[in-house]
Amino acid sequence: MTRVHDMGGRFGDGPVIPESLDAPVFAADWQARALAVTLACGALGQWNIDISRHARERLSPQDYTGFSYYQIWISALADLLVERGVLTEADLAGQGQEQGQDQADDPAHPLAGRMLKPEAVAAVLAQGGPASRDSDQRPKFSLGQAVRCRRPADNCLVDGGHSRLPAYAAGARGYIFRLHGSHVLPDSNAHDLGEAPEPLYAVRFAARELWAHPEHRDDQVILDLWQSYLVAL
Amino acid sequence: MPHDHSDHPHALLPPDPALRVKALETILTRKGLVDPTALNEIIDTYQNKIGPQNGAQVVARAWSDAEFRAALLSDATAAVSDLGYFGRQGEHMVAVENTEAVHNMVVCTLCSCYPWPLLGIPPAWYKSDAYRARVVREPRKVLADFGVTLAADTAVRVWDSTAEVRYLVIPMRPAGTEGLDLDALAALVSRDSMIGTALAQNPPQDPV
Repeated sequence: MTRVHDMGGRFGDGPVIPESLDAPVFAADWQARALAVTLACGALGQWNIDISRHARERLSPQDYTGFSYYQIWISALADLLVERGVLTEADLAGQGQEQGQDQADDPAHPLAGRMLKPEAVAAVLAQGGPASRDSDQRPKFSLGQAVRCRRPADNCLVDGGHSRLPAYAAGARGYIFRLHGSHVLPDSNAHDLGEAPEPLYAVRFAARELWAHPEHRDDQVILDLWQSYLVAL
Repeated sequence: MPHDHSDHPHALLPPDPALRVKALETILTRKGLVDPTALNEIIDTYQNKIGPQNGAQVVARAWSDAEFRAALLSDATAAVSDLGYFGRQGEHMVAVENTEAVHNMVVCTLCSCYPWPLLGIPPAWYKSDAYRARVVREPRKVLADFGVTLAADTAVRVWDSTAEVRYLVIPMRPAGTEGLDLDALAALVSRDSMIGTALAQNPPQDPV
């Protein structure tokens, strides 16, 4: 993990530029295609949401920072398709444009039977993919209890692996605000190590715990954090 | 200039993003792995069928129906599912209510998590580095970028969506809206007010 994506609290990004409420959903047609191709490839069933997030984070820092949002998506998708054996580098290099050969000459792709069909789109999008699971791990923390985030904010299972503990909260003290039940653990699921579900909490942090110069003494930040990200105080 | 590192497969595709996605779509279509008609269907769904009008209906109902409001605050996933709003990126919903004491805002500092079934695809600013980086540290300066100023004694609570839980902000109901029906109320609820970077709009004034 490069951590280039983990930008909460970073200085120097300049103003947020609001856009009109009636601006088009996609600023360009290719952005719509990038989203649609990504969702359609997800339906092939060769990865989960945590693997796809990690693929975006694993772009080189130069690419991640230089690319626009949907460029990150489409580039990570191309990497993932090759890594998971759906396409080959030769496929990408040929870009599907080989001379004198058309689709009829290609042997059927082993995953072709999983292709998302137009008539299935509505049902697939409406169904979603809930992340809640039964877990054999009991909740260790109760509402209002003080906890501290693990520090540093690294994946404990895989060196340099995916984690959803933002660096700005590492080591910070917070309070259990809400229990969401048990959810798939991204640190494991992003690396094909299983879903490893465990209790997930909303944890409340005082802004003055996180930042040296908070804007207001009463401001708060709330993070969803897995049990293994937290230690009791 | 950004450049692609040659050890990444994506570097084999054209650098121009429109050509890059076109090339990938062409390869995948040719291999029978994606169907362009299905892609059109996905795009039509998020361009025309799913958007912040869904969330606005939820807020309007919460404003005018105490029983629904209680159900929404207690189990938003169930409450919005009953209205037909469920699906990808909205599997686990939590509704948070703005009051005089607390103003809620939502971000995903790690990527761009957002409640698609209620608000649609996020706007560009929500996905921008500036919003992701700044709103957890200086939410009031970010609000100023949107022209919003809060009362000095209102606390800001920023929800950073690090898991699959998605948050919907219920803005405060504006004064003078007692007689309005659901559609008139929903018209006062903008996308940004349900993220927390705007307030609900005041009702149009009757001409004097």
